[in-house]
Amino acid sequence: MSVVIRNLKLALPPGGDRAYAVDGVSFDLTAGKILCVVGESGSGKSMCAHALMGLLPETVTAEAGEILFEGNNLLSLSPAEWLALRGRGIAMVFQEPMTALNPLMRIGDQIAEMFEAHDLLTPKERRQKALALIREVGLPDPERAVRAYPHQLSGGQRQRAMIAMALALEPAVLVADEPTTALDVTTQAQILKLIRDLQRRRNMAVMFITHDFGVVAEIADRVVVLQHGKVVEQGTADDVLLRAQHPYTRALLAAVPTLQPPQRTPLLDRSKAVEVIGLGKTYVSGGGWFRTERRVQAAKEVSFDIFCGETLGLVGESGSGKSSVARLVMRLIEPDAGTVRIGDVDLTRIKGKALREQRRRIQMVFQDPFASLNPRRKVGNIITDGPIAHGVDPAAARKRAGELLGLVGLNASAMERFPHEFSGGQRQRIGIARALALDPEVLVADEAVSALDVSVQAQVLDLLEDLKARLGLSMLFITHDLRVAAQICDRIAVMQHGAIVELKSASLLFAAPEHAYTRELLSAVPGQTSSSKAA
Amino acid sequence: MISFIAQRIAKAIVVLLALVVLNFFLIRMAPGDPALVMAGEAGAGDQVFLAQLREKFGLDQPLPVQLFLYVKGILSFDLGFSFRQQMPVSTLILQRLPATLLLTGTAFAISLAFGILFGALAARFAGTWADTAITVAALIFYATPLFWVALMAILLFSVTMDWLPSFGYETVGANYTGLAHVLDVAAHLILPATTIGLFFMATYARMTRASMLEVARLDFIKTARAKGLSDTVIQRRHVLRNALLPVVTLAGLQAGTLVGGAVLTETVFAWPGIGRLMYEALLQRDYNLLLGVFVVCSAMVLAFNLITDLVYRSVDPRIEFAS
Repeated sequence: MSVVIRNLKLALPPGGDRAYAVDGVSFDLTAGKILCVVGESGSGKSMCAHALMGLLPETVTAEAGEILFEGNNLLSLSPAEWLALRGRGIAMVFQEPMTALNPLMRIGDQIAEMFEAHDLLTPKERRQKALALIREVGLPDPERAVRAYPHQLSGGQRQRAMIAMALALEPAVLVADEPTTALDVTTQAQILKLIRDLQRRRNMAVMFITHDFGVVAEIADRVVVLQHGKVVEQGTADDVLLRAQHPYTRALLAAVPTLQPPQRTPLLDRSKAVEVIGLGKTYVSGGGWFRTERRVQAAKEVSFDIFCGETLGLVGESGSGKSSVARLVMRLIEPDAGTVRIGDVDLTRIKGKALREQRRRIQMVFQDPFASLNPRRKVGNIITDGPIAHGVDPAAARKRAGELLGLVGLNASAMERFPHEFSGGQRQRIGIARALALDPEVLVADEAVSALDVSVQAQVLDLLEDLKARLGLSMLFITHDLRVAAQICDRIAVMQHGAIVELKSASLLFAAPEHAYTRELLSAVPGQTSSSKAA
Repeated sequence: MISFIAQRIAKAIVVLLALVVLNFFLIRMAPGDPALVMAGEAGAGDQVFLAQLREKFGLDQPLPVQLFLYVKGILSFDLGFSFRQQMPVSTLILQRLPATLLLTGTAFAISLAFGILFGALAARFAGTWADTAITVAALIFYATPLFWVALMAILLFSVTMDWLPSFGYETVGANYTGLAHVLDVAAHLILPATTIGLFFMATYARMTRASMLEVARLDFIKTARAKGLSDTVIQRRHVLRNALLPVVTLAGLQAGTLVGGAVLTETVFAWPGIGRLMYEALLQRDYNLLLGVFVVCSAMVLAFNLITDLVYRSVDPRIEFAS
């Protein structure tokens, strides 16, 4: 047994909505095995990881229990003992590799710092070791990578560098806190494989924190399910994924969307709600008197229709241009070429007052429910601002806002409260109510459920589906998550490098993908073998 | 890198030329024409003299030609003639520039070094009495007018304690040479440099503190802690370096303005620099001199902005030079 956690109780500062972040949690980490700790936000999974590293926030205290590692109870270590242990005995990989690396230091120096922190090797040997580690985690062009700054690497490469750093001192235990959540699906598959390989080669114990059951199915030997700071279930991966005992685990598993699209009636005979013809957009950066400019083609000859009452999915990896297309369709940015028609109006040819009036017809639901609502305005104002700007009487607008809040499953009393008083899922409902306040014909949802926990995600998807049917909306649904796309979209367009490479009905796309990139994307979705087993 | 500098210098020259043109029209906005002003300064006002002046300075030429002559003059560092001082403006400015650069350079170095030091200490011990003491002191120096601090410093250190000279650049008539001269100037420098330095030190201390506390919350600090690095190393290597980026920006903006902005301090301490020259020119309505100082100060601001850009690019690898 590498690490034994017994009855761990982590107390939150008084006055919060609960007394313990982690309440009586026990589990073991075993050499050569990967333990996945699964739970939704607020379940206490990250707190467990931070307790294991001695990196708890100052306001959180370990009140009871023990964490045994190499014969010591970590909870009673002195600060100096922690310094000696961190990185050497237990190392950690974080979620967001861009922010987890110092932007002003070269990758090689950041890895070499591991040895320096523990007074090991000479500076020259440290540099050689850093190079060897970079090579081991499979970064292309290792000599260049050691000299690179974090911003010069891609997300996946940065995460490889983070892993190289964590492995530098050959720790017995690796703690990985959602290490693939910020990555694209194909990159995620590579990083998962890398962690798997390294863990086997070095016989490490790995604590892998995730909210994604697909990832669990891909990588776990054992699974611990946390809810509100308590372990509700633990066992081998197969036991938990295939024979879950606890209702919460079952609910979580049931909320994971499958890759099997439900049967849907084609809507191609209806009239067109949106018509996009030959959209083109190139971003030009730099340029000037002496420098050459950089061009990124965000949209190349993008054409599609959305029929009335249809949901068209736009899927692709980061940088594929899907968000740019959403903004072009909304005319939040100006296209270089092409036409967007909403019903009978050419949105790209009007301006000024005419454009402002037409904007009512197409509204957006944003990705981040925290950043997309003005924190200084009450929910009632957030929802009524749009209608009032379009000349609706304020009293009527407020009455309508109350109805809309009811429609999205919130109480009308929410009008008098501020966004921070709501949970992520509730805020996303407010965001939807705000978009609906102008009675749009088309909703553009840009990764609208990506920031939400899986159970909340399922609820919001149901809500969108329901609203669409009741209000006769058409939807452009942008997502990187193919499972979500399978569940909500009638047809799906796959984007790569600014162009649509494949566009067909959801059921056809998943059953018979034609383009090589579509096939690559589909095969990279984690947890396919187990979910089919479970189904 | 080279092309970047070339590009920035080219842009700076354009801005400077625009300033010169603005300058040219400013002088013509004064009541009467420059000849009247100059005649007034020279103490003579008859028509013959005025015509002579107009001819001498090309004022009888059409406006575009005058503009051309003016720009041409400035490009060859001919900033005109000061009738009050009976000397070319450029000579006057060149005489005063070293003293100003010495004063502001010293003040700038003091403020930056101690500002960052105290800011880092306040951030390191945030929430303790040390933090409170530094923050309050910084607030006081920031809020107190410079000339008042200057007068109080003279009162305390020169008049009451008699430790330091109260005015001037060197002891008049002492004719020190070598090391004695250096020490004499240094003694004269302490009070004015510290007075200016205290104000800017307060700004940098507050900026450094706020910036460090912000950086300390970022993810890569957690990474550094997870490596097992000691707190001191984390603060110095990871927090401070990142936190200095906004301080560099601020310092660069202020460095340029310092050259022309030390008017009050130079006046109070009778420091023979550009600031006092400007003050004298202002009192004596010495337009040519005033505008000459204006051009030189503008050029300084542009030069310091360029230097700041270069420094910023060398400390932050995310801003890349065009290749």
